[in-house]
Amino acid sequence: MWKFIIRRIGLAIVIVFLGSFIIYGVMRAMPTSFVEAMARQRAAASATTGGPTYQEWLEQLNSAYHMDTDVISGFFSWLGGVVQGDFGVSWKYGIPVTQKFEEVIWHSFILNIITLVLEIAICIPLGIQAARHQYSGFDYGITVFAMLCISLPTFFLATLLKYAFAVKLGWFDLYGFVGRYHEQLSSGQKILDIMHHMVLPVLTLAMLSIGGLTRYTRTNMLEVLNAEYIRTARAKGLPEKTVINRHAFRNTLIPLVSYLSYLIPSLFSGSMITETLYQIPGIGYIAYDAMVAGDLPFTMFYSMFGLILTQVSLMLADIMYAVVDPRVRVN
Amino acid sequence: MSEQLKNNQSPENNGEQLALDDGRRVKVLSPGMMVFKRFIRNKLAIAGICILIFMFLFSFLGGVLSPYRQDQVFYKVDAANKEYASAVVNTDYRFTTADGNTLPTMVRATFNSQVKGREGNEITFTADNTVYTAVKVDDGFYLIMAGEDLGTVTVLGKIADVKPAGNKEISEELKAAAVAAVQAGQSAFELNEITYTLTPGKAKSYNLSGMSEVALASMLNFDALDAQYTGLTSNYEFCRDCETAMHAGESNFESGGTAYQLEIEDETTATVKNAAGEEIVSVSNIIVRPVVSGTALSAGYREAAIEAIMDRQTAFEYVNAEGNTEKHTIQMRGNNYIISTEQQTYLIDMYAPPSAEHLLGTDDHGMDVLTRLMYGGRISLMVGFIVMILENIIGVIIGGVSGYFGGWVDTLLMRFVDLFNSIPYYPMMIIAGAIMDSLEVNPYTRLYLMMAIMGIMGWTGVARVVRGQILSLREQDFMVATEATGIPVSRRIFRHLVPNVMPLLIVQATMGLGGIILTEATLSFLGLGIKYPLASWGSIINSSSNIYVMTNCWYLWIPAGLLIVLTVLGFNFVGDGLRDAFDPKMKR
Repeated sequence: MWKFIIRRIGLAIVIVFLGSFIIYGVMRAMPTSFVEAMARQRAAASATTGGPTYQEWLEQLNSAYHMDTDVISGFFSWLGGVVQGDFGVSWKYGIPVTQKFEEVIWHSFILNIITLVLEIAICIPLGIQAARHQYSGFDYGITVFAMLCISLPTFFLATLLKYAFAVKLGWFDLYGFVGRYHEQLSSGQKILDIMHHMVLPVLTLAMLSIGGLTRYTRTNMLEVLNAEYIRTARAKGLPEKTVINRHAFRNTLIPLVSYLSYLIPSLFSGSMITETLYQIPGIGYIAYDAMVAGDLPFTMFYSMFGLILTQVSLMLADIMYAVVDPRVRVN
Repeated sequence: MSEQLKNNQSPENNGEQLALDDGRRVKVLSPGMMVFKRFIRNKLAIAGICILIFMFLFSFLGGVLSPYRQDQVFYKVDAANKEYASAVVNTDYRFTTADGNTLPTMVRATFNSQVKGREGNEITFTADNTVYTAVKVDDGFYLIMAGEDLGTVTVLGKIADVKPAGNKEISEELKAAAVAAVQAGQSAFELNEITYTLTPGKAKSYNLSGMSEVALASMLNFDALDAQYTGLTSNYEFCRDCETAMHAGESNFESGGTAYQLEIEDETTATVKNAAGEEIVSVSNIIVRPVVSGTALSAGYREAAIEAIMDRQTAFEYVNAEGNTEKHTIQMRGNNYIISTEQQTYLIDMYAPPSAEHLLGTDDHGMDVLTRLMYGGRISLMVGFIVMILENIIGVIIGGVSGYFGGWVDTLLMRFVDLFNSIPYYPMMIIAGAIMDSLEVNPYTRLYLMMAIMGIMGWTGVARVVRGQILSLREQDFMVATEATGIPVSRRIFRHLVPNVMPLLIVQATMGLGGIILTEATLSFLGLGIKYPLASWGSIINSSSNIYVMTNCWYLWIPAGLLIVLTVLGFNFVGDGLRDAFDPKMKR
């Protein structure tokens, strides 16, 4: 087991390293980089006062951002900083990348944790019910609903919800994490204010993920319900409630826990499109803005963060599977 | 035919009683037929097929049937109240020069500065080495005369001599008068209503200079009412005589041997008629100019505008050359009068609401939304299929090789898949989109490049599935048999393994198609995918990021969104139905 985990971690490190290198290479291939735009801006600003020219600014900025070397040594000098915990200063936001990250990550986390709780509370009962009444009208309804949720494009759902609830009904604000008068509210009202602004984003994210989890629960529950031991449990006269809750559901938990543990790291990954559309200053929105602006340090940080999260998710799923299912452990 | 067949078979059937488990009693279906039968029993799958057929007809046939092209821009005629002309009460002097004379700018400026606040009837000033005298005829009307060197008068005792300057001729009468003036010690004298001056020159000589009219300065503006009279309005003598008559309040005057009638409305407005009684020139101190340079205002229009301003009206009507009545309104703004009118303008028909011509209105480029949805559907569906095929080609090759050979090849390829799989998708696509943006890639090339990138980023799932399937198939008896019979490797992979992977691959591909269409739509929505003038459903919804469009023009983005949802739903239904049909365990 330990040997497996150590090997898995070693592989994850290699993948993170190579993945970062690929993204660094692609970023460096961008022709009109942020540096040139910034140098042009600063040169224009200092032109009247006789400050450095465009060329001088460009050289200065390039050396500050390791852009003056070739791709490989640039990557390694960036990586040298990363190993020491220095991800550089964001070009767009002008503050250290890690500081910006600490500022915004909690917004994403709050959004995702509420969504996850809501998702579990809705999907698992729905999935179980659908499996119990396989091929009934209820099952069909759930299947169609789940499929519809999977088929919805994020941006369309978000725009539709905004149109219905913010524009037509006026119940919520169109944008933002807090209201206009947030600062003047008492702390209790501040929390309510944030909750109020979270309704639409959470609804969007929940609807998008409901489909997958419901169908996953249903499929696994069906598999368990067809097993011999369920027939045995029913044959010995156990109440249906006990059969479902104690015998069937517990066995469905194995794949479910593995699936959910796969989701835990993604609580931090942010949801780029939802956050951008609702302008919630979470990691997804901030990273999107940075990427569009060609902010190399932030993009590199975000991509590496994503790579690590994916690897952690995969490892967690593997390990959790072994923890929940003793049969896997024996093998 | 079937009757005959029955008869042919009947003798055999009549003779024997079939056993219950006789193979002939059971209708044997081919595996493909079994899958098909199971598939068409699934209502959702049929619904999905119907949706997809509709989408394909809508996109591929709709584009042909639509009366519009996908990039056809529609225009509308709209009436807008636009500033048409401006009028100003003239407070500057306008100079009309006599034939053969010029009035340098220097002189005009000096006159303007001298004339301000001057009460006297005569202003004398020096500019450009010449002495000028401006004689005031009335307020706002001066005749400017320039001093002219005529010659020198030398008086030595009793002997007087007048020497003309250059080629000037001095009449005997003038000579005598000049000499008399010098002897009398006068510095100026008058002869025949012309003033002459004598300025002391060298020794005992005096310079004799006379005055001649060079220009008139007036606040009034002459407008020819007909093109043939434009010459008059810049004619010095006509202007002088006309204005003199006006200030004198006369109703007739003569200029250049022609008699004219003058109809005076007030101090600053008048109309000149020729002998036949035709109105030929209008005189006013109001200048009307068009707002847009390069357009000409007809004299009739100007007259109508001036009349309205004089009468302090705020609106007037004017019948234009085509005989249409134009309504004009007058507004005071500072010293200016702004005349505006309803003008017909030719505009791009943007954000038009649904109508009979445009069932779903028009978009921000003035293009028909329904037609763009049809062409957009082509691109969305085409991107889906091409990317899917690309993913499957790469995935089947790498997954097949990896699964079949196993060992270090498998490990290496799977680590490669892991690496590819972990590269964050959207950051990569955003960077790729930004690179293409800054290289200004042509929209068509961009479409192909985007499909290639999406295919390259998305094949890992297929490779994993194929590898997993092949790993388990490889150990089965029929594969051992192929090995024993010595069938070549490529044949074993492509004839025996791949067909067994096909069902799962088809299911995956159908479900994946929906996902690809969603991804493409998302990228286009973010502005990273399909670019104008091409359209895809995603890029059509992109217009809803404009808050005005989102709140006011539902017909621009909701239909496109519904099309995406329905198409993806259709693919998912069909994929789900196919999986159920292929999977014998799920048999009802």
